[in-house]
Amino acid sequence: MPKKKNMNESEIMKEFQTITKETEPKPKILKNCINAFWIGGLICVIGQIINMLLLKYGGFDEETTKMLVPAIMVFIGAFLTGIGVYDRIATYAGAGTLVPITGFSNSVVSPAMEFKKEGFIFGVAAKMFIIAGPVLVYGIGSSVLVGIIYYLIQRF
Amino acid sequence: MEYLSAFIVGGLICVVGQIILDTTKLTPANILVTFLLIGVALGAFGLYDKLIEIGGAGASVPLPSFGNSLAKGVMKAVDEKGIVGILTGGIEGTASGVTAAVFFGYLAAVLFNPKTKA
Amino acid sequence: MDNAKKRVGIQTVKMKNPPKIISTYSIVGPKEGEGPLGQYFHEVVTDDTLGKDSYEKAESELFYQTVSKAIENANLKEEDINYIFAGDLLNQLTSTCFAARDINIPFFGLFGACSTMTESLSLASMLIDGDFADYTVAATVSHFSSSERQFRFPLEYGSVRYPTSQWTVTGSGAMVLGKEGNFPEVTYVTTGLVKDYGIKDSNNMGAAMAPAAVDTIVKHLQDTGRGEKYYDAIVTGDLGRVGKEITLQLLEKQGYNIRDIYYDCGDLIFDDEKQGTNSGGSGCGCSASVACSYFYGKLINKEINKLLLVSTGALMSPTSTQQGESIPGIAHAVAIEFNNNGGEK
Repeated sequence: MPKKKNMNESEIMKEFQTITKETEPKPKILKNCINAFWIGGLICVIGQIINMLLLKYGGFDEETTKMLVPAIMVFIGAFLTGIGVYDRIATYAGAGTLVPITGFSNSVVSPAMEFKKEGFIFGVAAKMFIIAGPVLVYGIGSSVLVGIIYYLIQRF
Repeated sequence: MEYLSAFIVGGLICVVGQIILDTTKLTPANILVTFLLIGVALGAFGLYDKLIEIGGAGASVPLPSFGNSLAKGVMKAVDEKGIVGILTGGIEGTASGVTAAVFFGYLAAVLFNPKTKA
Repeated sequence: MDNAKKRVGIQTVKMKNPPKIISTYSIVGPKEGEGPLGQYFHEVVTDDTLGKDSYEKAESELFYQTVSKAIENANLKEEDINYIFAGDLLNQLTSTCFAARDINIPFFGLFGACSTMTESLSLASMLIDGDFADYTVAATVSHFSSSERQFRFPLEYGSVRYPTSQWTVTGSGAMVLGKEGNFPEVTYVTTGLVKDYGIKDSNNMGAAMAPAAVDTIVKHLQDTGRGEKYYDAIVTGDLGRVGKEITLQLLEKQGYNIRDIYYDCGDLIFDDEKQGTNSGGSGCGCSASVACSYFYGKLINKEINKLLLVSTGALMSPTSTQQGESIPGIAHAVAIEFNNNGGEK
């Protein structure tokens, strides 16, 4: 029978830290990056096509198009989330579906759908921004900072 | 070909996000907020628009563009309305995206149900 | 009986009249049914909503059916059972408590996270051995979708899964314990200490729970004086592929080599490559369903005679991790042996 070592707790903890670091599986970085690249790129190409369609056939000017494209991309993200497809794409794409604005849409639509179980007021409406909230708060907050600095620079 | 630049620029921005995801302990939420703030900063200096000139939708679809719209929106509002623009500009610049998200989010909740993950 | 003699060592009790596990039942969801152990479960549901309009209610129904059928399998009725020990992962034990409305058995609700199977089995056994009950039931349940919405993200969210992530099992397991008959019996119960070695990553539960598993296994062997080779199988609940390796190595460092007899329910229940479950299954339903079907079956078939079942739990809450806390773990060990002697020792 092998000798049982009488280790005290801190020794065991140290061994544990070492073992945990050594056994931690490494993510397949290259594969993930390739997937993120082509899926993210493809989503952007779709945005580019929509841009072209709006300008050429929609008769919209550049300013209006710049406002419409995000809204349409949000719609696409919402639709793909609604039919249950966006999360499947996200399994492969990682950052490719997280970074584009469709990811923002997915992060708003998915809790809205999920918390329908708790009703339309306390579920859907209250929890809609449970994931995307930080983007809005930090976005608007930082815009105020920029505004203040810009205003002061213009003044002086 | 603007479609190729959109593909490459958009893809590269996503790859940066992926590398951060895989090599650091930063969560997706951290990464998104960081990208957003970078977009705000670049937008404030007018640099992000240059990226949009090169990459088209490859720069305007990813999240930093949202930050760019916030920054540009607030600067435009300050120019046009003075001090009150500080408060109104950000939301004005991003109104279409946010409103679309709220509206379509609610609509999707009405029409669809979440499905089991396979 | 002199009760002081039942205490063995620091954390273990010996059953004077080992309670028999007279029947078990397990029901799992479709994904688990498609896994390597699919054929062993008593029942596989094709629709994980079980016809209910929320996943919490589905989990409740899953639990109710498992407990009812386990009692039926034992040729008993609800009135015969003196106590039921059960728990789940949801806040306020929603699924088990609400199912218990329809189960007319005095109910002890437990929270041990994913260690609930052996926690309930420990208590259910001790009550029989202590002559407080003739029949008891130990059961637990978990559901992927209800856990996901409580602890992680909405189902349709394109969330990132890491190599160390695990997949909460949709499954339930129930054991009925009695005093008589020729069945596998519970011989020892070792109750675990809460161990926290500083893991903060809620995507790496295996590492968070491994220290508790190691500690309980070591204490059990020390308390009972048994060598690790005494057992035909030492089985942890849901450490997964990553946690399993950490446990093996940490035990080896202390002089215990159990590589040949060590299994982990989370590691067994899914084919990680094919099913995309990264490090394996998790959840209280994981060790429950696998123990009640696969390992109980092996005991009945005499493929193994001595099993040490160690369900493992991660005791964090959705808020504790956000507050920067690390994840404490716990593991309870139950020795289940089939001595084939109808009850005598």
